[in-house]
Amino acid sequence: MAVQTAQLESYLESFTDFVRATAPETPAWLRDLRDTAFARFCEVGFPTTRNEDWRFTNISALARIPFRPARETDRVVAASLASSHLAAWHMENALSRLVFIDGLFVPALSTIGALPQGVVIDSLRNQIAQRPAFVAEHLGRYLDTVRDPFCALNTAFLEDGAFVHVPRGIALERPIHLLFVSTAGPAHTPTMTHPRNLIIAEEEAQAAIFEDYVSFGAEIHAFSNAVTELVARGNSNIEHFLIEREHLQSFNFSTLRIEQARSANVASHSLLAGGALVRNNVHPVLAGEGGECLINGLFIGSGRQHLDNYMLVEHASPHCASRQFYNGILDQHAHGVFHGRIIVHKNAQKTDAKQTNRNLLLADDAQIDTKPQLEIYADDVKCTHGATIGQIEDNALFYLRARGIGEIEARRLLLEAFAGECLGRIKSGPARDYAQAVVEARLFALATPAPSPAGAAETKERNWEEVG
Amino acid sequence: MSLLEIRNLHARVGGHEILKGIDLQVNAGEVHSIMGPNGSGKSTLAQVLSRREAFEVTEGAILFHGKDLLAMKPEEAACEGIFMAFQYPVEIPGVGNAYFVRTALNAIRKYRGLDQLDAMDFLPLYREKMRLLDMDEQFMNRSVNEGFSGGEKKRNEILQMAMLEPSLAILDETDSGLDIDALRIVAQGVNAMRSPDRAMIVVTHYQRLLDYITPDFVHVLVDGRIVRSGGADLALELEEKGYVSIESEARQTAPASA
Repeated sequence: MAVQTAQLESYLESFTDFVRATAPETPAWLRDLRDTAFARFCEVGFPTTRNEDWRFTNISALARIPFRPARETDRVVAASLASSHLAAWHMENALSRLVFIDGLFVPALSTIGALPQGVVIDSLRNQIAQRPAFVAEHLGRYLDTVRDPFCALNTAFLEDGAFVHVPRGIALERPIHLLFVSTAGPAHTPTMTHPRNLIIAEEEAQAAIFEDYVSFGAEIHAFSNAVTELVARGNSNIEHFLIEREHLQSFNFSTLRIEQARSANVASHSLLAGGALVRNNVHPVLAGEGGECLINGLFIGSGRQHLDNYMLVEHASPHCASRQFYNGILDQHAHGVFHGRIIVHKNAQKTDAKQTNRNLLLADDAQIDTKPQLEIYADDVKCTHGATIGQIEDNALFYLRARGIGEIEARRLLLEAFAGECLGRIKSGPARDYAQAVVEARLFALATPAPSPAGAAETKERNWEEVG
Repeated sequence: MSLLEIRNLHARVGGHEILKGIDLQVNAGEVHSIMGPNGSGKSTLAQVLSRREAFEVTEGAILFHGKDLLAMKPEEAACEGIFMAFQYPVEIPGVGNAYFVRTALNAIRKYRGLDQLDAMDFLPLYREKMRLLDMDEQFMNRSVNEGFSGGEKKRNEILQMAMLEPSLAILDETDSGLDIDALRIVAQGVNAMRSPDRAMIVVTHYQRLLDYITPDFVHVLVDGRIVRSGGADLALELEEKGYVSIESEARQTAPASA
């Protein structure tokens, strides 16, 4: 545990400073929530690969770095940014756009837009101040901070994020864009942010919410540790998107905890394209009868990227269906993980759970660990899982080239076809167009063999893999 | 100048010498048929012409439009005007037929310094050629060859050929596995493309295809060499006598070094 707890003092110091700085605005219930979570984090520390949930992902490099909360210094940076700096991440046709710079909401860069009656799209921090009772009722209620130290850490440093409340029967036709920008800060020291989002969709509500993680400015070690609690009430219809495309020094950890009521239909689409060490936790609980959950993802890695997808799908009610589809494309020395856990509780009869993980390895040193884990306590269920690992087929490549298509373009076409399986599961509209553009840009970079003078520099970066 | 000139071509694949000195001249407007028993090197010749890398040329030269074909990558050969209809067309899930052909056509047009075709320009042309090959429009948006029957795949090859308008078309056993209706449609598509500017090399094991596509020349390939050349009649003679007699003839006349 020595490595894992080496920076505990630094976290303690950060937490003490954080508690002091936020004391005037913090209600007692929130203080308790943070204190309990921080105590839990101190108790367990960071996980090691001996923990089955972390078997394929060594986080010792992250644990060694003394991250400090970005909030202390970064208001300066936020104030100096203009909308034009964020143009590259503009989503056409978004209903609202909330911009968070190093974890804090920046109203000047955000546009809420005209919302239907009763819809609230705001920063969580504002809502804690304005509607503490409503927020307190939900915040932290669904998240498991005992099992996952990163969720505990997020809760300990919980301060800001997005708050979305869609009242009964309201359908938002355009997506909500949440843009989380990590900056190098004025001091270029390792910084951490803990965005916390709360999304409540009442009965028969409909919405699409986009979490988009990007970097701005110099490459530094940044640690984004986000948590989203998504409550989908009866018959609601929600699409959630996660895009990770920070720069290659970033650590991005995120947990999406979905609570689904009767006949709710939720889709989670994850797209991991950037970051050095990325952990994507998706944890839906199908708590009401007849719920349906689509868990769709694409991870594209190169260099020394490590992209870990950890699914925990809990069937807690009868007649629910879950579909997991994750495709991975890994080049150079990239390492991908797909860990798909499905728990079917005793009363969840007639569960229909399916899991598919398909991978393309583009280089000999690229690696994928794929692991299904099914725990079934009901007796009348249908659970299937499958995984494939393959390469770009020479025959297909030659066929395209023999028709006049250049080798790079042919590779790009084949990669896009593979990625297209995931994009095809997104309902068409501005959200899919946006996701598609991100994928195309990433695949273009991957299909184009870059002359790599950075070979030596790359080797230095492999810290999180080598230390056991 | 011939459209295609093959001189003393030797090629090997997986360490085995398959082609042992092929000489062949093909002029614009001509249709040549290459016939021969299994393992004689017919498909290898087609693969070499389409520049498949696994087929290694150890000796000889190929000039296409006077240019060194052996220095070209597959995509360059295609852009220069070579088209091979595959014996076993490849299935490519996730890539739509129309999108694929438009990408190929635009790659070739770009190579030749021509404007790109957008979907509006492209689709009417594509639909017209589909009708010619009696293909349902639903094929347009389906993935390339995925789930196609053997006949559909071969028709799709000819459709691509009709769209890309090569100056040299190589049909690699396009007839194999086709029923008579499919064969007629394919042959009709090929015949529609015969023109004074275009040459074709029809590789086939059976004479049947040549009932529908009449060649100007027939060459018989045995053990990596052209052992006989003649007119369309030669195919009929082969049909009657079979390859065995030609093979034994070839053995008698072959140089002692073989």
